[in-house]
Amino acid sequence: MSDSTIMLRRNFKHTLRNPAAVFNSVLFPVVIMVMFVYVMGGAFDVGVDYVDYATPGMILLAVCYGLSATATAVNSDMTKGIINRFKVMDVSRGAVLTGHVVASMLNNVIAVAAIIGVALLLGFRSPAGLTGWLGVIGLALLLSFSVSWFTVALGLSAKSPETAGLGSVPLVMLPFFSSAIVPAEKVGTGVAQFAEYQPFTPIIEALRSLLAGTPDTTALITSVAWCAGIALLGYVWAIRTFNRRA
Amino acid sequence: MSDSAIEVSGLRKAFGTRVVLDGIDLQVPAGTVFSLLGPNGAGKTTTVNILTTLIQADGGSVRVAGRDVIRDAKGVRAHIGVTGQFAAVDDLLTGQENLQLMVDLKRADSAVIPGLLERFDLTGAARKPVATYSGGMRRKLDLAMTLVGGPRIIFLDEPTTGLDPRSRRTMWDIIRDLVAGGVTIFLTTQYLEEADQLADRIAVLDQGRLVAQGTPAQLKRQIPGSHVRLRFSAAPEAEAAAGLLPGATRDEDGVTLRVPGDGGTASLRDLLNRLDDHGAHAEELSVHTPDLDDVFLALTGREVSTR
Repeated sequence: MSDSTIMLRRNFKHTLRNPAAVFNSVLFPVVIMVMFVYVMGGAFDVGVDYVDYATPGMILLAVCYGLSATATAVNSDMTKGIINRFKVMDVSRGAVLTGHVVASMLNNVIAVAAIIGVALLLGFRSPAGLTGWLGVIGLALLLSFSVSWFTVALGLSAKSPETAGLGSVPLVMLPFFSSAIVPAEKVGTGVAQFAEYQPFTPIIEALRSLLAGTPDTTALITSVAWCAGIALLGYVWAIRTFNRRA
Repeated sequence: MSDSAIEVSGLRKAFGTRVVLDGIDLQVPAGTVFSLLGPNGAGKTTTVNILTTLIQADGGSVRVAGRDVIRDAKGVRAHIGVTGQFAAVDDLLTGQENLQLMVDLKRADSAVIPGLLERFDLTGAARKPVATYSGGMRRKLDLAMTLVGGPRIIFLDEPTTGLDPRSRRTMWDIIRDLVAGGVTIFLTTQYLEEADQLADRIAVLDQGRLVAQGTPAQLKRQIPGSHVRLRFSAAPEAEAAAGLLPGATRDEDGVTLRVPGDGGTASLRDLLNRLDDHGAHAEELSVHTPDLDDVFLALTGREVSTR
C-alpha cells in the first residue's frame, strides 16, 4: 500500500466513525433550504419557481457548510502532533494533505446529493439534460476541490481546533451575500456590489444556468478561473505551512 | 559503547528576534539516556524539533545516528522515533488500529502489534476507540506507536507531564526496559527526580543555554543538598536552637530554621538528639529534598516557577 492509500483509508474511517458530523453538515443546509423555500420564498419575486431559483445556491451552501469539520480535523492533526509524527516517519506531505482533501470532498458529495434530493422532494425540476447535469456535478466537484485545499491550509495554520472551525465561518457566510437567496441586484447597494464581484456569485449563476438548460459560458469560465485561483492559493498556503510549522 | 548517537555543536535558533537556543553543545553516547532538564519555555521542545528534523536550526551542526539532520533528513528519520509533548494518537481509531496505521506506514509486520499491546498493558482496551482512553493510556499507546519499526534512538518530550504518580512510574519502567534493549533515549523533563531516576547524563537548559551538564551525581554536588526545616513556637526558641545546630540559618519569619543535611536517618537522629539534650522543642519538622527550583536557584541565581 502506498502512503496515500494508507492516509485515505484513515480519513475514510474518520468519516464512517463520525456519522454525526456528516449528518450535521447535511442538516444545516437542508434546514436553510426548507426555511427559505417554504417560509420566506413566497416573499421574493425572482421570476421563476423559488425552489428552482434557490437550489443552485443551496448546492454551494452544502459544500461550504461541511468545511468547518475539515478545518477542525486538520487542525487537530496539527496541534496534537499527529502531523509531526507522520513527518518524522517520512510520510510525504502529499499523502497527508491529499487524504484530508479527498475526505473533505467526500463529505461535500454526500451533502450535495442530499440537498439535491431534498430539492426534488420540494418540487425542484430541471430541464437540463445529461450534459447539463454532468456540468453541475463537475463544477460542484471543482468548487469542493478548491475550497477544500483552502480549508486544509486554514486548518494547518490555525492556533487551535476552535479557531480553525471559526475561520471557516466566512466561507459559510459568503453564499448569503451572493445571488444564492435573491438576485444580486435586489439586495442593498453595498451588498449588491459585493455580491456582484465575490467568487460565489458567478459559480451560482453558472450552476443556475446549467440547471436551467441554458449554460452561461461567461459565468462558467469565470467560475472555473475563481476555483483554480482559490485551489492554487490554498495549495501553496497549505504546503508552506506544512513545511514550516512543527 | 563509544559511538555517539547524537552530536550537537553550536546549535542556534531564533524565532524572529526571540533567541530560543543560543549555542548548545551536547553529545549522547549510543545506548545511554540523556536528559534535558529545564522549565517551561527553556527551549526543550525546540531542541527536540531540530534534532528530529521537524524544524531547521539557524546555525551549528546536528548529527543524529551519524547523519546530518539537514543533508540527510531521510537517513535520520529512518533511525529515530519521537513521542511528543501531547499524545499524538488518533482518537477516532481504536488502539489496535492506531498501531496498525504505524505498521502500515513503516512497512513493518502486523505480528508486532499483540506484543506491544501486551507490553503496555493495553490488550483489554485494544478494540476500544482511543477517545475513551485515560491520559496514561494515551501516553502508553503513543510510545507503543513510536516503537513500531524498532527505532534505535528515541526522543521523549516531557513523557510524564500531566500523568499521575502511578502512571509516571509505569512510564519510567518502560523507559528502563528500552534502555536495557540497547536503545538510546533523549528525554526532556521539568522534573529533577525524573532525570535523576533515568538519565546517565543530565544537561540543564535555561533561556536557550546549557547552564550545567554532567552525571546526576555531579549535578547534585553543585546544588544545595537536602535540608531539614524546623518551625518553633517563638523567635527566642528558634534563636536558641540555631546556636545548637551548625550551619542552621533562620528564615525571615524568625521562627523557622533550615538545617542542611545529607537526608540520611543518622544525621536526622543526631539533629533530634541534640535538640532533645537541650530541651528544645520544634512544633513542626519537614525534610526538604532538592528539586528543579533549587537547581535553578543554584545554577542561575534566579527562581523559576514550575508546575
